[in-house]
Amino acid sequence: MGDTTPVGYMQRTREYYAAHGYDKPYVWAHFDDVPFTPLAKPLAESKVTIVTTSMPDASYVKKQRRFHKGNLHNLPSGFFTDDLFWDKDATHTNDINSYFPAQQLTAEVAAGTVGSLAPHYYGVPTSYSHRQTSAVDAQAVLKSCLEDQVDVALLVPL
Amino acid sequence: MLEENGISTIVIGSAKDIVEYCGVSRYLFTDFPLGNPCGRPYDNTSQRLIMSQALAMLSTCDVPGTTIDTALVWDDSASWKPNFARVDDDNRAELLAAGDARRAAQADIRVKII
Repeated sequence: MGDTTPVGYMQRTREYYAAHGYDKPYVWAHFDDVPFTPLAKPLAESKVTIVTTSMPDASYVKKQRRFHKGNLHNLPSGFFTDDLFWDKDATHTNDINSYFPAQQLTAEVAAGTVGSLAPHYYGVPTSYSHRQTSAVDAQAVLKSCLEDQVDVALLVPL
Repeated sequence: MLEENGISTIVIGSAKDIVEYCGVSRYLFTDFPLGNPCGRPYDNTSQRLIMSQALAMLSTCDVPGTTIDTALVWDDSASWKPNFARVDDDNRAELLAAGDARRAAQADIRVKII
């Protein structure tokens, strides 16, 4: 059995970008206090959405990555992931179900474990700006989730 | 923000140190290469298992900041771990050249905008 210790991505990323000649290390978001909401109702009665860091197509990552709100009931066969920092040597993203679990969620709805799929899913771009994510993109997700009366969000970063 | 407004959330993903440093309400961790947080590509078994564990965690977890490990293993060798974003004497010059090329391209874009 090989190494079972999780990869230290923060240190690895610092070294990787330093080797590229970037002298200002990335500052990751950090929160001492984490809000927590227990399920308001059983999952079998809950409406569930998905939030991904992938984008619909390459046009969404030109100049600046853009927020996307899409139809969870009518999905493309895949999303654009080329610009994200995933392991392109060890794996691939040709199977949407490996990073966007709509099919699995639909199966749980059919089985009665989950109440329903929300009308919309969300593509939230990774951004160097914490403010962009917190004050702009997360607000857009929240507003739409409240309109759709969503109970649960599965947050699935690549 | 979602949690503060009555929406329960769970993060399903693989960059354990980053997610735990950030701090999230519930975290289902799988020790896979980045890119497949919901299961191995074209593998219904691992994909269904991760969804099942995520839903179970949503129903049962009552402590903010809890992490659960799905215990799935990518492969026995784990050779992908040291290889990801590797920096050593074999590729150091190549990485620096890539960084220089990217900075030059960005400077070129700035000049065109001005």
